Amino acid sequence: MAKLVAQMRLIAGALALAFIVAISVSASAQQINPTADAVKEQQLLDQLKVIQGRVTIPDEKSGMLVHPAGREWRQFHTVTLKWIGGISIIGMLAVLVLFYLWRGPMRVKSGYSGINVLRFDGLERFVHWLTAVTFVILGVTGLNITFGRVLLLPWMGPEAFSAWSEWAKYSHNFLSFGFTLGVALMFVMWIGRNLPTAVDVEWLKQGGGMFDPTNSTHAPAYKFNAGQKILFWIIIVSSSAMIISGFMLMFPFYSGLTVGNMELAEIFHAVVGVLFVALIIGHIYLGTVGMEGAFGAMADGNVDLNWAKEHHSLWAKEEIQAAKVKGGAMRPAE
Amino acid sequence: MARMKFLCDADRCIECNACVTACKNEHEVPWGINRRRVVTLNDGKPGERSVSMACMHCTDAPCAAVCPVNCFYTTADAVVLHSKDLCIGCGYCFYACPFGAPQYPKVGNFGSRGKMDKCTFCAGGPEADGTKEEFEKYGNNRLAEGKLPLCAEMCSTKALLAGDSEVIAQIYKERVSRRGYGSGAWGWQTAYRESIAT
Repeated sequence: MAKLVAQMRLIAGALALAFIVAISVSASAQQINPTADAVKEQQLLDQLKVIQGRVTIPDEKSGMLVHPAGREWRQFHTVTLKWIGGISIIGMLAVLVLFYLWRGPMRVKSGYSGINVLRFDGLERFVHWLTAVTFVILGVTGLNITFGRVLLLPWMGPEAFSAWSEWAKYSHNFLSFGFTLGVALMFVMWIGRNLPTAVDVEWLKQGGGMFDPTNSTHAPAYKFNAGQKILFWIIIVSSSAMIISGFMLMFPFYSGLTVGNMELAEIFHAVVGVLFVALIIGHIYLGTVGMEGAFGAMADGNVDLNWAKEHHSLWAKEEIQAAKVKGGAMRPAE
Repeated sequence: MARMKFLCDADRCIECNACVTACKNEHEVPWGINRRRVVTLNDGKPGERSVSMACMHCTDAPCAAVCPVNCFYTTADAVVLHSKDLCIGCGYCFYACPFGAPQYPKVGNFGSRGKMDKCTFCAGGPEADGTKEEFEKYGNNRLAEGKLPLCAEMCSTKALLAGDSEVIAQIYKERVSRRGYGSGAWGWQTAYRESIAT
């Protein structure tokens, strides 16, 4: 009797187990329907922001099926960048015009002495102008990519504007090497005189005498004053940023760069670029109309002794000392 | 006029790549350029799907918006085309395109990437319809002959549909309601800011 009960219990247990297994099998069969259970576009976009798959053609980056972030890059390039560029460049021009009207050119207060001091030798001037000429061409051709369609295309017409833009693109790509060389040489040549010193603190406190309309404030400075040192370092850092992002754009998708990387490189290149152009407009102002007697330093390399004494007093002292040691007098201007 | 679109029914696509081959042959597309490609998602896993993708001829196309020389234009059939005479090969349309449609004959950008090439919805370019110049730059102009894009016309499973938006959306809706499932109109939300309610 007990044996029968045990057997019945065993059978009941086996049946219960079989029932549970059967239910679970049918349930899992319902969950996986290989026909209807497909990947969903919206689900993938929500999770990953992109839809990436596999392709059988050699162009591996074409495995990117949908990349909606292109829309955000478009917003940046067509709207945001135009505002950043417009405000920074037109803003810089407006500030300079107002500054000129208020301050006028910074005069040499004690007048010209007629004695020349060599400020920049031939190599320094060559490196400066190599960098400067390539920068201006790179700047104009770069701005053409963003603003040309709005500013130039309407009056040039599509054919002429395309021809100009194609040459502008070639110039932009090829002259980048000249600019890179110029910046590299400038860095090696001038880094020694651009390291911060105690004198710079005083110069900065006085604002370099820039905001004194009577021309009587003259902070002491060596060959480069604190303002020029700041300019030097901004140029070195911005140029490095431009060169790295620019080379990424010139060799697109090189060694696994994705379309997202390319978009970031363009954003970086464009924002730093327009700010850089605005900064250099300020530099050009100070080197030409903004300060009397300054342009000669980069033209034939000479500045007047009185200019040197007023603007770079400690450097002028060094030069006078050096001339005395050599036994020669300072050369009079021809 | 019609509003031309592509629709790839991923539940029918068998990744045979015949659309890719047909496109290359019809337009004599150079080596290395793929106006159309088939992308397989979840390859080898449950729920794997393949989608044939080319230019989607977007509404308010991003390529046209970012082009520095404004070489794109939209036809009366809402097909997005471009002029290879104006293109400077800068590559910006590729950065803006959500579908990776623009193609360039040269790999590097140094100097030039060459004139951009992309799917024309078999509608040629700005040159006069059916001319030799048009064929050499953009391929056959089937639309001008009253024919639809070849990739969709010869699709063996009729997964790839090309034609007026309302017609192909209706076909897709009927398919989905009959078979009871559908993975959706891939790319429509991104390209047209609308999808097909099924």
